[in-house]
Amino acid sequence: MAEHEYKGPIPKPTPETLPFWEGTRRGKLLLQFCRSCRQHYFYPRPLCRHCLSRDVEWVEASGRGRLHTYVISMRPGRSAPLPPPYIVAIVELDEGPRLMSNLVGVEPDPERLPCDMPVEVVFEAISDEITLPRFRPVPA
Amino acid sequence: MNDFRRMRATAAIVGAAESDELGRLPHKSALALHMEAAANALADAGLAKSDVDAVFCSGRTMANEIPEYLGIRPRFIGGTQIGGCSFLAHVEHAMAAIHAGLCEVALITHGESGHSRVGMPAGRWGDDSPTFQFELPYGTMGPATGYGLMARRHMHRFGTTSEQMAEVAVATRKWASLNPKAMHRDPITVADVLASKVISWPFHLLDCCLVTDGGGAVVVTSAERARDLAKAPVYLLGTGECASHQMPSQMPSFEQWDAAIESGRRAFAMAGLGPADIDVAELYDAFTIVPMLALEALGFCAPGESGAFVSGQRTAPGGDFPMNTNGGGLSYTHTGMYGIFTIIEAVRQLRGECGERQVAGARTALCHGTGGQWSAAATLILANGF
Repeated sequence: MAEHEYKGPIPKPTPETLPFWEGTRRGKLLLQFCRSCRQHYFYPRPLCRHCLSRDVEWVEASGRGRLHTYVISMRPGRSAPLPPPYIVAIVELDEGPRLMSNLVGVEPDPERLPCDMPVEVVFEAISDEITLPRFRPVPA
Repeated sequence: MNDFRRMRATAAIVGAAESDELGRLPHKSALALHMEAAANALADAGLAKSDVDAVFCSGRTMANEIPEYLGIRPRFIGGTQIGGCSFLAHVEHAMAAIHAGLCEVALITHGESGHSRVGMPAGRWGDDSPTFQFELPYGTMGPATGYGLMARRHMHRFGTTSEQMAEVAVATRKWASLNPKAMHRDPITVADVLASKVISWPFHLLDCCLVTDGGGAVVVTSAERARDLAKAPVYLLGTGECASHQMPSQMPSFEQWDAAIESGRRAFAMAGLGPADIDVAELYDAFTIVPMLALEALGFCAPGESGAFVSGQRTAPGGDFPMNTNGGGLSYTHTGMYGIFTIIEAVRQLRGECGERQVAGARTALCHGTGGQWSAAATLILANGF
């Protein structure tokens, strides 16, 4: 659990996304893989987002990727999930897909945050049902 | 299959106007702003409400709401909602409908109480939507996040700087100082932009558009009918649109604006023109980086070179690339869906109605809008002759 009391939005899964959220609750980052076109994709959908095949499976991702890009958010929104300044990041996973997340465990200083730096997943529960995948720099 | 290029110059914009007022208007609802703008655009065209047989609007619940409020019973209705560039897409759709013989006089209206929030629809995302599940829990701040993500990657990839982005804010403010309707008209410097509060790094406050109340409307009809109306027609030479994603995390690229590359390519192909043929550019400026990426996507400069392109106040009055001559979303007005105002200003420039800020001898104009967060793009190429 994050030290900061989470007051942000708490998502409600749909049947198509529930396996993803069950995965994060168990400390696993799940992606979908299409056995037809042999590509991963994210976010969860019942048919492959590349080729519309139904022959898709859930697989556990390595949890490693790179900081593709980010912003440093200064404004405390009514429901900011972290105390400002906090980093809203696009992570490109080693498997290919990109996702929105936060970069945590590092000073929000652009000088120390080059794009493409290696990152790894950490799991932070925000409610009994929902655990968010966030990312931190890979220790040197 | 029909060649889309055959629609070149078959339709024209014959009326264009804002609501009676722009700015902070707690005494007016969004629908009232629609209505004022619609009446003003029809008067500008010299047309009556009874001449209108098509209505296009965006951003509310059901598209029938606007014609009911205006007391119009259209036989063609467009409710395409792809964000702030919706109205540029509406112009393309109106042209196609007119070309197909489905309607003859199309009214495109916008009204938004973006600042005062009077009479505005309720929130957009349900708590089980993809956006709510996969973006909002990370503290995304809407456009300031989505546009900033591209800005940061562009800085990394091409060396674009905060100073270069600030050049856009400074030049746009100079244009606003020449527009009596602009909200902010006092000059600013690059240092002022860099010293303004950081909102969502890399954006400072003065990199961000205004949040205002206002409306705008345009009237489109066939080129044939346009010749008999109150003012000289502004012909539609080219149009294009494209949508590539909804959520910023799903953008195809964070280094170039994919949707705009496609919308621009289509518009120039229909017009039979290239970037060098454009006399004045009205490029949606939600943030300073947005028109910069548009310049690259539309071919006014090479990929990665927009920072150098806008340096030295090139887009300011007196510069060799007149851009956002109304003062833009950055300094004139930005209701939330700014796209309609790019069209209004382009029409006025091509009619020679712009007074102090008139671009001398302007014959062609390009309007370009963004929707969502780089999610959609639409481009219009306009001319006062062909």
